[in-house]
Formats: sequence, structure tokens, C-alpha cells
Amino acid sequence: MVIIDYQAGNLTSVVRSFKALGVEGRVTQDPDQVAAASRVVFPGVGAAGKAMATLKEKGLDRALQESFRKGTPILGICLGAQIILEYSEENDTPCLGLLPGRTRSLPRQEGLKIPHMGWNRVRFLKPHPVFQGLPEEAEYYFVHSYYPDPAQAAMVLGVTEHGIRFPSALGWRNLVATQFHPEKSGRFGLKILENFLAWDASDVK
Amino acid sequence: MLSKRIIPCLDVRAGRTTKGIKFRDNVDIGDPVAMARLYYEAGADELVFYDITASSDRRDIMIEVVRRVAAEIFIPFSVGGGIRNLNDMRAVLLAGAEKVSVNSAAVKNPEVISQGARDFGSQCIVLGMDVKRVTPTETIPSGYEMVIHGGRTPMGLDALWWAQEAERLGAGEICLNSIDADGTQVGYELTLTRMISEAVSIPVIASGGAGVPEHLYEVLTQGRADAALIASMIHYGTYTIQGIKDYLHERGIPVRLAW
Repeated sequence: MVIIDYQAGNLTSVVRSFKALGVEGRVTQDPDQVAAASRVVFPGVGAAGKAMATLKEKGLDRALQESFRKGTPILGICLGAQIILEYSEENDTPCLGLLPGRTRSLPRQEGLKIPHMGWNRVRFLKPHPVFQGLPEEAEYYFVHSYYPDPAQAAMVLGVTEHGIRFPSALGWRNLVATQFHPEKSGRFGLKILENFLAWDASDVK
Repeated sequence: MLSKRIIPCLDVRAGRTTKGIKFRDNVDIGDPVAMARLYYEAGADELVFYDITASSDRRDIMIEVVRRVAAEIFIPFSVGGGIRNLNDMRAVLLAGAEKVSVNSAAVKNPEVISQGARDFGSQCIVLGMDVKRVTPTETIPSGYEMVIHGGRTPMGLDALWWAQEAERLGAGEICLNSIDADGTQVGYELTLTRMISEAVSIPVIASGGAGVPEHLYEVLTQGRADAALIASMIHYGTYTIQGIKDYLHERGIPVRLAW
């Protein structure tokens, strides 16, 4: 399993969480290692513009597209759940386009704090192997000002409320992605990572 | 709906936790890693570590504590105390902390906020504010002044202005500590907390003065805080996090109840 390092935030907690589950992820910036990996974690915090520039510069954009096409299980986290879409409103950025859709800014409203930072619920709309075994009242840790909005409703596996209702868990074919941080979401977050490790995406090929 | 966060605060000196009453007569409580694990399992939403080690040559002890904590708990935690520059921030973040808190260094050199936000992202830069109530003057119109050295040194800086300035510089969150209330256990400084929380759009963590669960209720409603820091209430076993959350839940405050 590889964990993609594209200089978008601190990977320490992602690495530590998988380590706690007994898996040493290989942190890499090498597109060949990503394309060859049997499992890909695509984390990240920060701005979409700079992130996409780094991915392109290192050839990681094509590596990710190849992994997706080949059917490699991929887990996007936070920024990694946003720039998998075609476009982000953040820095007016063309993105990877693994899924159709746009990343939008959370609308500002009186009395509503942006960024959306803290623990919130996810209402899962349909079952998926990566999101199984989670109690309904579980909450997950979010930190973000933008949210992913896939063009197809079928790609939205879970939604969260913060002023608006937005997609917080995505899934399509061999790709799953969370706007929240499973690596910082306690026991239930670790459960999602554990489920991902056990998922070979054969159910959706 | 976003839950209100309950955040235990651990003061750490030379690798051991303490709890200060008005920053004096610190008594040793125990091992920060064991306590972090305990609070993680007991339902803490986040943890704050405050390094009160006096000499800077012992910072490596704190970094080792951060590294060990990060291997044990899977919720966000921040580390503050003695963070002066980007190198200090980087060391703490790479050791596994989610956030760093800058306090007096930011008052003396506000650039540290914008540099930290640029290099690591606003989401991990917490502005720690130690605030003391004063008679309003032309230079301190809000009647709340920034102080350092545990309240002994006034900075001649208005707390309200500073909170807004820090947000503009890129701070992602404010941890607001009332020096007047700290350690008293008679309740948070509600006027101050509400003033700051309404003046900025970033989350505000209220700190200082919690003694009973009702104090948290007050600061999360009247005080408009997004999170509440607690210390003595739980360190000495008077209350549990579960008990505090049950109380808040019954009174209609959204809190995380499953962990």
C-alpha cells in the first residue's frame, strides 16, 4: 500500500493510524510506485491549486488516473476527496477528473463557522464494504471550507449537515473518499481504515 | 450538526503532567501519554498539551511525548508552550500533533502566524490568548488586555483587536484563556468569550475557570464558544467526560456521544 505524498499537509497521523492497524504504508512521491501499488491512499490538506500543480509536476496525476482505471482500491481523504473531481472552485482549479463533478465552497451564513471544524455525523445513504459496521450515532472529524459535489447522485454514499447538506463520503467503482479524516476520528475512523484494508474492490468491478 | 467539543488540557513540565492553579504551585499528576490514552478512551473530542518546561534545551522531551501520544490516540491534539518559530512548529507537527498553539511568540512577532499558516495551513495554527480584564482605556477599548508570563506582563494590546488581527493573519482557531478565571473553578469568563467569538469567524475554544458541568453549558450557550477546555474538573476525578457530556446532551447541547 502506498500513501501519496504531494506536499499537501502532514501525513504523520495517516501513517500512524495504518501502523496501529498493522500496515506500514509506503509514503511516496514516485508515480511508478503509485501506479504499481496494490492499494493507494490519497490524503491531503491545503489548497487545491498548489496541490494540483505539485501532482502534475511529479506526474502523480497520471499515476492516480492509471490506478483508478486498473481497479486499484483508492481511498481519498479530505483534499483527496475533492481534487478527484473535475474541477475545484478553490483557486479556480482543473482537477483529476476521476469522477465527474465539482468541488464547491461551503456557503457562508450568519452564525455558521467556516471552516467546518470539529466532529459531525455522516448519514450513510447506502451500504458499502468500506463503511460497514459503523453505528448511526458515530461522528467523524472534519476540517474544511470546500466540499465535493459529484455530478451523479449514485456516487454519494454519505451526507453531512453544516448549514447545507453536503456529500461527505463518496464511492464509485474502486474509489472511496471521505471529506472527514478517518485517521483522526477515533475508533470508528479506524474501523473505516480497517475496512478499506480488507476491501479489494472486486464487488464493484 | 457540528458537535461542541470537550477538550481536556494537560500541562506538561519536563515530560510529566501538572495542573497549575493560577500558574503557581504546580502539582505532579502523572504520565501524559497514559493520561492521553485514558481521556481518548473516555470520550475526549480533542486534547491540548501545554508545555510549561522553562528551559528551551529540554524541548526534545516534549517532542518525544508528542511522538508517543500520537501513536496512542486517534483524535486531534494540539501542542503549545514555547513555540517560537517555524522550526518549533514543524518539529511538533512532524512528531504527530494535529495543531500547534502559538501564544507569546505571536504577540511579539505576529509573522509567525502567517508563516505557519502558509507553510502548514491555517487549520493547524491555533492562537493561544492569555487575557486579563482591565479598565477600558483608549488603547484597550474592549477592557481586555493581552498578557504573557502567566499574566504577570501586560502587553499593551487589546484582546479583541488581536483576535481579529490573528484571524486576518491566518490563525485557524483561537484558544481563549482568561487569566482572571484560570484555576478558580468558578466559571468561564462569559463576557470575554462571547465578545471574541462574535468578532471572529474561526472557532473559539474557551479556557479557564471550569468547575462544574453547568459552567460548560454557560460558555457554550451564552459565551458562544465552539469548544470548552477542561482540566481540574476531570484530572482529580471529580467529573468524567461521559458525565459532562450526558449533562450537556440533556440540556440540548450537541455533543459527541459515541466513541
